Amino acid sequence: MRVVLAEDLFLLRDGLVRMLEAYDFEVLAAVETGPELTKAFAELEPDVAVVDVRLPPSHTDEGLQCALAARRNRPGLPVLVLSQHVEQLYARELLADGNGGIGYLLKDRVFDADQFIDAVRRVAGGGTAMDPQVIQQLLSRRAQDKPIGQLTPREREVMELMAQGRSNAAIAAQLVVTERAVSKHTSNIFGKLGLPVSDDDNRRVLAVIAYLDRGQQ
Amino acid sequence: MNRTKKVAAEAATTAGRGLVLGVTAVAGSVTLFVLSVLSIAFIALGIGVFTTPHVLRAVRAHANRRRLLAATWSDVRIPVPYRPMPADLRTGVTGQVERTTLMLKDPATWRDLAWLLVDMTAGAVVAFVSLGLFAYPVEGLVLAAGLWRVFEEGGSYWYGFVPVHSQFTGVLAALLGAAIAAVGVRYAKDVQRGHFLLAKSLLAPSQDQELAQRVAHLTETRHDAVDTSAAELRRIERDLHDGAQARLVAMGMDLGTIEALIEKNPAKAKELIAHARKSSAEALTELRDLVRGIHPPVLAERGLGDAVKALALRLPVETDVQVDLPGRAEAPVESAAYFAVSEILTNAIKHANADRVWVDMTYAESMLRVSVGDNGVGGARIGSGTGLSGLERRLGTFDGILAVSSPAGGPTMVTVEIPCELS
Repeated sequence: MRVVLAEDLFLLRDGLVRMLEAYDFEVLAAVETGPELTKAFAELEPDVAVVDVRLPPSHTDEGLQCALAARRNRPGLPVLVLSQHVEQLYARELLADGNGGIGYLLKDRVFDADQFIDAVRRVAGGGTAMDPQVIQQLLSRRAQDKPIGQLTPREREVMELMAQGRSNAAIAAQLVVTERAVSKHTSNIFGKLGLPVSDDDNRRVLAVIAYLDRGQQ
Repeated sequence: MNRTKKVAAEAATTAGRGLVLGVTAVAGSVTLFVLSVLSIAFIALGIGVFTTPHVLRAVRAHANRRRLLAATWSDVRIPVPYRPMPADLRTGVTGQVERTTLMLKDPATWRDLAWLLVDMTAGAVVAFVSLGLFAYPVEGLVLAAGLWRVFEEGGSYWYGFVPVHSQFTGVLAALLGAAIAAVGVRYAKDVQRGHFLLAKSLLAPSQDQELAQRVAHLTETRHDAVDTSAAELRRIERDLHDGAQARLVAMGMDLGTIEALIEKNPAKAKELIAHARKSSAEALTELRDLVRGIHPPVLAERGLGDAVKALALRLPVETDVQVDLPGRAEAPVESAAYFAVSEILTNAIKHANADRVWVDMTYAESMLRVSVGDNGVGGARIGSGTGLSGLERRLGTFDGILAVSSPAGGPTMVTVEIPCELS
């Protein structure tokens, strides 16, 4: 799988390149500034991009803006955004076009290579990978809400993982239950939240997030 | 018809104001001037020491009332120049003497007295002219209506330049009255404005006084700024020391133990590795929170509008944010505004028991204006020891101001204004 990487800190960029190569990704370019990233998007047509939010020369949200612009040119272009901090505001902007293939993770998550690589693969496959911090912020804000209050603790765990973008199989593995149990939980959750049931991994994440977001815009 | 009514109502208001101004100028200013002169003269006898502060306070109240009228009636703003009284004045006779001396040393006092003189003469005349422009035409009408008969025999009565002695000249008088009334409708307001401008020329602080006030204000806000930033540095140092630094130390110790254990007891070593990783994650979280407390990342990346939107998303209460800013302010101003909003929102959620909060940010005429409102219980106020007065002091460093409207029972509305330029 062909990857473009944008990260301005040399140590982290170097580490990411090595990690991705160790998991058989082909790193087409590892750049450190916004303009270089825009050029790489235009010329290299990567399968997936891993992008830091804050990039030179402006050191503001240049990486995020480049990624959003690239996705406007090529809808659904898979982008995994890494950040020193995660904000719902940015998560919304990334999810807003509804095309999937979006990830938004804290930089700390790269400490766990397996999980991080899993997230890159999920995003490249058109799925989503939302940071647990974003999901928890959303959930804690909606906690007073009736439907979320009705969920059992186990269903809540399943929903958090689902909202991060995990498949039923991954959720089952993480919670050490069978996949059938997970699909039973998910249909209960969809029922309680009044969401349409869907097989598509990506759609169901968007559905969950849309529910959590409701009334917040 | 409506227009006529409006003009008539306006004329009545202006005439009324002219009357009020004229009467206060004559009665109020004369009384106060005489009292002041007597009181100051009696200082030599000793009695003046006790009366002067009271009399001068009355003079200041009188001048302040005129300042208020100037602002509300003619939109003439006259700043208040009085020096603040020190808080630690002694009581009893010595205190009285001190107060008298302080007041007499204040140049504003002498300017006040000069204003009283001008106000009771020129000021009163101008005020009565604005009244006369409406009162005099009434006389013309009355003459035309039949009063002219009184002067039919005993020579003519001069109304303006018209000698009145017949119905015809009576009508002429009425016409002249109408003309004067027309002038009044058009110019009486300007005449009244003239009265206030006259007052302003004496009541407004002189350039020296203004500079002195400015220096006093800057000294005070500089002290506040230094204190605040020193306290902030202490807080950051403490947070680093107790938080991230301690966790990194723990991690180092864990790694040392792992080094020793890794061959003898791999299971235990693995356990410690997990522990070390947890410490590193916690250290990162703490550093992240600390950074957010110093300079929130979204503020650095996107500016004030989006930073407040992001802040609102993290609040437990639904918060509506409206932003209309054509650019970004300088970083220190943005930061001050952000933390002010953050603190006001925290207050609203902690104390107001509100279930709806809104933030409105606009920029106009070199002024950044942020209003935060909620539908909670109200009762918030600026006073010693409250968070809001701390906030007011910190905004003072930027010449910013804070206004609170929060009647008991709610709703609360806090407005922050900071002068700045956007780029």
